[in-house]
Amino acid sequence: MSKAESTETTGDGVIQSVSGPVVSARDLDARMNDVVYVGDEGLMGEVIEIEGNITTIQVYEETSGVGPGEPVENTGEPLSVDLGPGMLDAIYDGVQRPLDVLEGKMGSPYLDRGVDAPGIDLEKKWEFEPTVEVGDEVGRGDVVGIVEETVTIDHKVMVPPDALEEGETTEIASIEPGSFDVTETVAELDNGESVSMHQEWPVREPRPSANKKTPRTPLVSGQRILDGLFPIAKGGTAAIPGPFGSGKTVTQHQLAKYADADIIVYVGCGERGNEMTEVIEDFPELEDPANGNPLMARTSLIANTSNMPVAARESCIYTGITIAEYYRDMGYDVALMADSTSRWAEAMREISSRLEEMPGEEGYPAYLAARLAQFYERAGYFENVNGTEGSVSAIGAVSPPGGDFSEPVTQNTLRIVKTFWALDADLAERRHFPSINWNESYSLYKNQLDPWFQENVEEDWPEKRQWAVDVLDEETELQEIVQLVGKDALPDDQQLTLEIARYLREAYLQQNAFHPVDTYCPPEKTYLMLTTIETFNDEAFDALEAGVPVEEIIDIESVPRINRIGVQEDYEEYVEELKADITEELRSLY
Amino acid sequence: MKEYQTITEISGPLVYAEVDEAIGYDEIVEIETAQGETLRGQVLESSEGLVAIQVFEGTSGIDQNASVRFLGETMKMPVTEDLLGRVLDGSGRPIDDGPEIVPEERQDIVGAAINPYSREYPEEFIETGVSAIDGMNTLVRGQKLPIFSSSGQPHSQLAMQIARQASVPEEEEGDDDEDGSEFAVIFGAMGITAEEANEFMEDFERTGALERSVVFMNLADDPAVERTVTPRMVLTTAEYLAFEKDYHVLVILTDMTNYCEALREIGAAREEVPGRRGYPGYMYTDLAQLYERAGRIQGRDGSVTQIPILTMPGDDDTHPIPDLTGYITEGQIYVDPDLNSQGLQPPVNVLPSLSRLMDDGIGEGLTRADHGGVSDQMYAAYAEGEDLRDLVNIVGREALSERDNKYLDFADAFETEFVDQGFDTNRELEETLEIGWDLLSMLPKEELNRVDEEFIEEYYREEDDEREVVEAAD
Repeated sequence: MSKAESTETTGDGVIQSVSGPVVSARDLDARMNDVVYVGDEGLMGEVIEIEGNITTIQVYEETSGVGPGEPVENTGEPLSVDLGPGMLDAIYDGVQRPLDVLEGKMGSPYLDRGVDAPGIDLEKKWEFEPTVEVGDEVGRGDVVGIVEETVTIDHKVMVPPDALEEGETTEIASIEPGSFDVTETVAELDNGESVSMHQEWPVREPRPSANKKTPRTPLVSGQRILDGLFPIAKGGTAAIPGPFGSGKTVTQHQLAKYADADIIVYVGCGERGNEMTEVIEDFPELEDPANGNPLMARTSLIANTSNMPVAARESCIYTGITIAEYYRDMGYDVALMADSTSRWAEAMREISSRLEEMPGEEGYPAYLAARLAQFYERAGYFENVNGTEGSVSAIGAVSPPGGDFSEPVTQNTLRIVKTFWALDADLAERRHFPSINWNESYSLYKNQLDPWFQENVEEDWPEKRQWAVDVLDEETELQEIVQLVGKDALPDDQQLTLEIARYLREAYLQQNAFHPVDTYCPPEKTYLMLTTIETFNDEAFDALEAGVPVEEIIDIESVPRINRIGVQEDYEEYVEELKADITEELRSLY
Repeated sequence: MKEYQTITEISGPLVYAEVDEAIGYDEIVEIETAQGETLRGQVLESSEGLVAIQVFEGTSGIDQNASVRFLGETMKMPVTEDLLGRVLDGSGRPIDDGPEIVPEERQDIVGAAINPYSREYPEEFIETGVSAIDGMNTLVRGQKLPIFSSSGQPHSQLAMQIARQASVPEEEEGDDDEDGSEFAVIFGAMGITAEEANEFMEDFERTGALERSVVFMNLADDPAVERTVTPRMVLTTAEYLAFEKDYHVLVILTDMTNYCEALREIGAAREEVPGRRGYPGYMYTDLAQLYERAGRIQGRDGSVTQIPILTMPGDDDTHPIPDLTGYITEGQIYVDPDLNSQGLQPPVNVLPSLSRLMDDGIGEGLTRADHGGVSDQMYAAYAEGEDLRDLVNIVGREALSERDNKYLDFADAFETEFVDQGFDTNRELEETLEIGWDLLSMLPKEELNRVDEEFIEEYYREEDDEREVVEAAD
């Protein structure tokens, strides 16, 4: 059900028992997943189990003081979101109640109970501009006009999928430009249906699409280790597991800020309040690297912090992905960040244990794997029902207990996602950020994305990447020996390799998210940085062969400047000069 | 108010009673035993005709003839500014023989969540005077930064040092602070021993801190179930003082491990499906509802900063209590048994420690422009030195290069000069950073790749004479 319109309630019931967020009611005439209002205060809840005359409900708000005998009203509709202009630059809780509106309505900084608000402003007027004319043929999902939702994004008004049968078309009977609110009709169809800017969609059901395609364009993130070694595709899926303090949230924030998607949906699922506040305060001030507009103009935030009701935490992931799919239908590339999917899984576990369901592994419900798979399957590169192409990329943070990746949420996630960015507590401890472990991480999109990098950056992109990976692999092996015998016991060429690898780690893989320049690294710069280290590598090995002692090679003055490439704004010139200096200095040694 | 004599089952801390009216979830209950003793409890589950009650004081003495009264409201904390200077028990009743407390308000102890939209991002630096914290893991107002410790470690001394020292600059700066926000400490003890409690109390009295403190005492021999309400009482008082009376409140909760044990006890008595290691599956949510009550709110002058202390069973940070805590709090400070046995005071291991809000609370205009770089560089250097220590054990110091030896010296000096300051030394940040530069100057200039060049120019000590004193001292 949607909060935009009040639906008639049917088949009221009576509360029988209350235990935390789980309430059971008797005599309620309801279907599974119907939204109900519980108690005298009308707390929002959802039907999750029906047994005989008893209906079990998960309540999205705190249930203190609610007791047996209080009424339960059924709305007869499943949990839905309001879709339409106004979702960007908004901040919602897990059931799409706008937090700024709630603050005003409640008149307090605390989240009160029983207050409801529609997900989009129903009264705001938008300037509607038709893109079709009377008599034009339209089908499901076809765009009939646009409104400027934010400076960055034109919101496309589409024929709702339920206005027509699949494959059916009809003609536009009337359409006018002008100023409308989201509930007003902007176009009439020949078959009698009307189109407004407002749609509703049940969150647990994927929006229809024509076809899912193989993604071939990278989601460029401006993070060297991601773009350079473990790229994700537009429409791809990725998991970021890591123990606490290893930088999951910073990585997610960096992606939300710099990924070259059209739309960002950021779901803060059971995380810290202060972190969400940081996003709320920072994003309106930060510039979108693509066009200089405020980042919020392309962002929709869902903030269900850890102390907000657990049932709303369970639903916030679905709310997020439904909003993402709606923009995908308009032909946009959407990136969804979910921080963290473990909190979502734990919310499922908590509800499941209150229902006294038979637990699966580590107390998680047996349907955990299925739910995770369903969620990630809603990502992808799609051909939409209206013929446009759009994508939803899903990037989920995972918070494994004790940083142990063998736990069920991480394992079940890894079976589905194709990019794995493993965060490492050891690296984080030595302030190597982003602390993504290059030995454990992988991307299965590498090959299908290489043509893009070859065409848009440099022809030898894949070879350079492979070179870096080889050096890092060799370093890992050598480090094992060094641990036993010390570095000086290694032959000269291996000592040199260690030095090269050190630059790869410290200059290339590390990136300072808090430095104004280094925080975003375009792929061209990523490439140049790598070639600079390779230049040093090639020249150094030539020098070594010519008989120069390894200590002298390592000690040359110019090479530590590699560490400063990241912070250079005019990096091209800097790199050019640096390469020349390294070459000259090394050649002067023999 | 109706009285029932309908107890059907008593099991552990739980009492089940039959009722013939609707009883709200979380409602407060009074049980009067045959001996005339009154016990308090809370409704844990309410169904038609039957409620489950958790009794704070324990169920001993209750029989089936005891009478049960439902007070028709959820648990409230009477709050007033006069609470400052008072000592209360774990349920918020005064135990210091002082005058009766006349509450200004009675607030629900299950605080509603702060709307993330209404929060203000914390970025005001708190100078604790502890180098390992100020320099490396800076605390800011509105943060929740736990101390991860284990049994037998001096975590209490560290907490007391922070509480004592953090307050001082605030008072001196009184005039900068045009809103005149004052500093208050709220101390919530859950299941600590009487001896530990005495230490805290003596310290409070010695330093005169008690008059701007509120102390809640649930000792080891007090009812375990009461521990589940103590932190809520504490935080309700903290929120009141911070957001209605403009205090900067520092909340110390010790020991969270005892709190979680109490949760587990109730869960077991209710025969719930247990989660990891027998702790209830909702422990994350439960802990979050405590920790998330730290913060700042737009338009209010005060703040709630939390320093929960927890002793990690077996010094294992993957145990559910520290693990779940670490995922909720904004960092953690590790107290390390090895460093403690080396005699470091405070024995803070900075490597696994972290303050997530540090980056936004430091730097130009907040602390000092070079703060971030110095901290990062010391982290990297100390981590490298630590690694080399393992190697030294195998190959000996002579087998290492000159560079490696410098890192080893750095790591030693870092511990003895920087971390080991004593529990009674209050270091200003300026001093902390200067010591940092003294130490970094032990390393060759080219190795300092985390610090901006301009700061190296400004602060790097070119002459080595100062350093040699330290090295000789090792």
